[in-house]
Amino acid sequence: MNSIAGIISVHFSGVLGSFKLEADFETPARGITALFGPSGCGKTTILRCVAGLSRLPGRLVVGTDVWQDHASGRYLEPHERPVGYVFQEASLFAHLSVRGNLRYGLRRALKRGGAERFRFDEVVEQMGIGHLLDRSTGELSGGERQRVALGRAFLSQPRLFLMDEPLSALDRMTKEEILPYFEALRRSTSVPTLYVSHDITEIERLADHMVFLESGRVVAAGPLNDLLANTRLPIARSSEAATVLDAHIGPYSAEDGLTAISVGGEKLLIPGRLGKVGDRDRVRIVATDVSLAIDHSSRTTILNIIPVRVKDIQPLDSAQINVLVTVGHREEGQLLLARITRRARHLLGLAPGQKVYAQIKAVSLIGPARAPVGPQRGSSWL
Amino acid sequence: MFTTEDLWSPIRLTLALASITTVLLLVVGTPIAWWLARSKARWKEAVATVLALPLVLPPTVLGFYLLLALGPNGPGGWVAGFFGLRTLAFTFEALVIGSVLYSMPFVVQPIRNAFEAFGDRPLEVAATLRATPWDAFRSVAVPLARPGFMTGAVLGFAHTVGEFGVVLMIGGNIPGRTRVLSVAIFDYVESLQFTQAHILAAGMLVFSFVVILSMTLLEKRVAQSRS
Repeated sequence: MNSIAGIISVHFSGVLGSFKLEADFETPARGITALFGPSGCGKTTILRCVAGLSRLPGRLVVGTDVWQDHASGRYLEPHERPVGYVFQEASLFAHLSVRGNLRYGLRRALKRGGAERFRFDEVVEQMGIGHLLDRSTGELSGGERQRVALGRAFLSQPRLFLMDEPLSALDRMTKEEILPYFEALRRSTSVPTLYVSHDITEIERLADHMVFLESGRVVAAGPLNDLLANTRLPIARSSEAATVLDAHIGPYSAEDGLTAISVGGEKLLIPGRLGKVGDRDRVRIVATDVSLAIDHSSRTTILNIIPVRVKDIQPLDSAQINVLVTVGHREEGQLLLARITRRARHLLGLAPGQKVYAQIKAVSLIGPARAPVGPQRGSSWL
Repeated sequence: MFTTEDLWSPIRLTLALASITTVLLLVVGTPIAWWLARSKARWKEAVATVLALPLVLPPTVLGFYLLLALGPNGPGGWVAGFFGLRTLAFTFEALVIGSVLYSMPFVVQPIRNAFEAFGDRPLEVAATLRATPWDAFRSVAVPLARPGFMTGAVLGFAHTVGEFGVVLMIGGNIPGRTRVLSVAIFDYVESLQFTQAHILAAGMLVFSFVVILSMTLLEKRVAQSRS
């Protein structure tokens, strides 16, 4: 795979209309980086600047390629930037058939000397749009339109995907139908993605990295769970605060109907038969579903009790606090957020560095193993 | 008695004038419509207004100024000098120039509306799919604006066929050169040759009916195939 080595370095600074943007961040040139923040924070503007659709002074480097540099006057026109842009609305060409839409970017990318890394037949098959090729775009459902738009972006042989809330115009059902295709994108290590969203659950499922924005400025940027667990950011302070941890699927016990998974070497049990042994996945654990205990109490209905180490304690309001812990009793481990009361903290005398136990009421698998439908898994097309 | 050639000559002349005018209008009008639809210049509406003037001006006003411009003392007369002529007025070329100006708004407006209707998005999509601006214009904007082009062409053609005042002012009534249909009908009526006037007038009536009907049906079909 031709992966782009290194990082994506984004620096834009200027005024568009009445909006002042001061975007400055770096993110690895692999996996999905979510741009997250409230409406009007400048997420879409950044994406448009990266694509060259809007112009602000600054510097933009993707891997080893300088796309824009104010100092040297370099500026690639939009059609010179190899991006695969997926808009909020599918924005298919109404005068072309589905096939015509898919071929539009493919033909031009190949003419510009791009290698055909994403082949027509393979993309069509993976997106499940083979039966739609000769339809006109007006005959498609919302989910089909967005799948064609995603396929069209793939076929333009991008070196960077730009996704502007591609799921937000879809209803809940259609969203669930489409998400697996984006998860397939995530498993691709070859083409990095900047993914704009204001829906944190979407980001928890898809993103590897996150850039948190507020009124045109970057507040924080880094690996997804570092930001989710950052008790100084509003995400961890909200009532839906959750952390996302990497997991490996273990064996399924038919007797209990439970699948064992391993998170940072600790075993958790979740209901249902999920994935294959050895599969990598991610779990989402809501902060209010985590309670802390001084010792490993065995007489409880809670199955999942794992050793953790207190890392940080941040007050939330007059009653509640956020406790950040790491999984396992060692120095380093995956971050897990627990929402407890001030009173409980006081009674237990919790302090940073302390080794305690986390009782986890609910663990949800949010990766590919959760999704039995969608694109074929285990194939190597990306 | 009259010969059929007396009737065919103005018909042929009118069709030639309308065809040439329509082609010229599409060539000249498309970039103007594109600029009016896409430009953010403040004074573009002033330009649009100047182009729309023929909609409200009496044709004789336009014809009068054109006569001066094409005549021996105007720029037209200066150009005519190179061809050993004294004036451009009362020639077929004068009719073409007059028709282009007079029918301009009927062609530019529908094309401009069509360009404006689809907004920026399809062109942005084309750019992210590696299309240069010219490529995007050719492969996205023009096909999407096709109904506007068809309406503009039909209206421009039909309007040129029906033109009378401007022709009379700058072309006069020279058989085979400037004697178009509408002028011929006027001429026949004035000299009380009602038979000839009837034939041409009825022909025009049928022509206009067919044009408007086919345009309506065409628009309906386009609207259906889009939905």
